[in-house]
Amino acid sequence: MSKLSRLQSQATPWLLLLPAAVLLATFTHIPAVTTFINSFYTTPRGARPARFVGVEQYQSMLADPVFLAALKNNAIYALGTVPLAIGLSLLMAIIVNSSIRGRALLRMSFFLPTVLPMIAVANIWLFFYTPGYGLFDQILANFGFSSTNWLGSPNTALPSLMLLGIWKEAGFFMIFYLAALQQISPSLAEAAALEGASRWYYFRRIVFPLLMPTTLFVLVNALINSFRLIDHVIVMTRGGPDNASTLLLYYIYNTAFRFWDTAYASALTMVLLAALAAFSFIQFGILDRKVHYK
Amino acid sequence: MSGIEVADLCKRWGAVAAVDNVNFEVKPGTLTVLLGPSGCGKSTTLRLIAGLDSASAGAIRIGGRDVTHAPPAQRGISMVFQSYALFPHLTVEENIIFGLRVRRVSVDERNRRLKKASELLGLGALLQRKPSQLSGGQQQRVALGRAIVAEAPVCLMDEPLSNLDAQLRHDMRKEIRSIQQRLGMTMVYVTHDQIEAMSIADQVVLMRGGVVEQKAMPPELYSRPATTFAARFIGTPPMNLVALSNGTGGAVVRGTDGPPLIEGPGDGLLLGLRPEELRVGASGTLAAEILAVEYHGADSILECRVGDQTLMVRVDGVLRNQIGEKVWLSWADGAAHVFDEKSSRRVDHRPIALGARSEDNRVLHSVS
Ligand SMILES: Nc1ncnc2c1ncn2[C@@H]1O[C@H](COP(=O)(O)OP(=O)(O)OP(=O)(O)O)[C@@H](O)[C@H]1O
Ligand SMILES: [Mg+2]
Repeated sequence: MSKLSRLQSQATPWLLLLPAAVLLATFTHIPAVTTFINSFYTTPRGARPARFVGVEQYQSMLADPVFLAALKNNAIYALGTVPLAIGLSLLMAIIVNSSIRGRALLRMSFFLPTVLPMIAVANIWLFFYTPGYGLFDQILANFGFSSTNWLGSPNTALPSLMLLGIWKEAGFFMIFYLAALQQISPSLAEAAALEGASRWYYFRRIVFPLLMPTTLFVLVNALINSFRLIDHVIVMTRGGPDNASTLLLYYIYNTAFRFWDTAYASALTMVLLAALAAFSFIQFGILDRKVHYK
Repeated sequence: MSGIEVADLCKRWGAVAAVDNVNFEVKPGTLTVLLGPSGCGKSTTLRLIAGLDSASAGAIRIGGRDVTHAPPAQRGISMVFQSYALFPHLTVEENIIFGLRVRRVSVDERNRRLKKASELLGLGALLQRKPSQLSGGQQQRVALGRAIVAEAPVCLMDEPLSNLDAQLRHDMRKEIRSIQQRLGMTMVYVTHDQIEAMSIADQVVLMRGGVVEQKAMPPELYSRPATTFAARFIGTPPMNLVALSNGTGGAVVRGTDGPPLIEGPGDGLLLGLRPEELRVGASGTLAAEILAVEYHGADSILECRVGDQTLMVRVDGVLRNQIGEKVWLSWADGAAHVFDEKSSRRVDHRPIALGARSEDNRVLHSVS
């Protein structure tokens, strides 16, 4: 093969990759790198240009009560919603995978929250939470509870968001569990039944371990989603009252586009990115090796 | 030891009867094969015995106890699934002792049974592997191991060898038979392979369309098929069924003018002749013309025309006869079967002593 044609055959794949690479670089990689660089400078304001300050932005985070509140809220949100959403999605998947009547309808109703637009969903729930005549208050009134300002009081704002999050995520994760359950041959259940295994024993020893790869996948995605959540917060509470329901991304959004402190927002973004990268690493680096049985 | 009785068993899926009034009995310590073409209800029958499906009507007794409505675990059975149904995330060892763990058998006893089964099946070196790291034959042995350690008096098998290659099938089939006999298990074995059935069964239950066509020991199934279906299902190539008609002095092959083969009228009757029991020669009973020759190695299959009908004949070795050559076909007394064309049932007949035959095979040069 001549030198030229070898060069050509090596260049072809790169040329084919070029359009995608350009798009990715323009909208993902370059902004990410710029953000990283910006996080070491001050925000340029009017006549004052950006000035290199090293890790000062990161240091000021530690003393920023709103950031710490957002971090804590996000941790609570993740710890509260992820296990419940996963448990609920598994339960729903098992129900709709059994041979009960009307399961097509059930499947659809469980999955519905996922296909609805987030903003629409949040608006519906806004109504559910309305003090006095919202769905929850109307139901609770039957049991003698007085009306609650679900989204307006610091004690209930975050839990109200979490409830909505669980409801929405569970339907989505159910699809993954359902797919995984349908991969399990029914003869495994029959073999276990012949040996005298109870349904619970069969679930514990066979189904649950076989679902482990799915659980891991869902777990990491749920974690990432909980740190990326913003639309519910914007529609329902705007982080209030008194930052009781501020989550990380919402705080970044406020810092960047309402207070226009872009440098600090860049630093916050890097922290968020680091957290998300750590979660993905947990999946692909560590747990992946342990849960696969093949 | 416990036997199995299946009485008037029916299973309907909506309008179709997958199993229709099936009756048979499996004596303790024997092996019964459920045989039949695809979709005839073999698996359904087995699953009814196992309790994995519930019967629409009829009764199942195991060891004299009515288990028709008992859950699978209380029937004293073990089962080997066609797909093996091994638990993919458990090791071979854990797969085998799964049931013993469920039933809380003591550790000593568990180890004893595991050791015995793994020696019997040659699984010793594989105990710590996962099923995905095993070949098809090894997986099959693990499935067998799981059935053996249960020490259930009855073992059910649904086409356990259908995923294996020819050589392995042959070896495993002998192994299964010898294990069954050594452990004195009562076994019901499903297959659609007639050779497999004939070679391991004490009793064959031949099914078609959900009903039992014939139940018999293998030699009887071969030598006295009860129906034309049984006649053609057992043996390769299948038995020739030749239409007879009334002739002078008895029934003759339709389209020929003799000789008479059986006493009485021939209209509506079929004459059954197995290809391997026909002989080709320079003289014989029926005049035939060779239409085609198919060489198989140890033997050859001839396609011959007699009257207006075609017969298959199996001869040893290579046949040097030419296509289009005229030959004579003959067979031993008692090799012929007669069936009623309408009911397809076997009928008794009295053969007419066949004319003088010559063993002079001048046209037949077989090199075997
Ligand atoms: N769950 C079911 N619902 C409806 N019909 C069924 C069901 N299971 C089996 N059948 C029907 O019952 C009949 C017998 O099926 P079965 O599985 O017993 O056949 P088989 O003899 O085991 O065939 P094969 O050799 O192909 O395994 C078939 O016609 C099949 O279509
Ligand atoms: Mg079958």
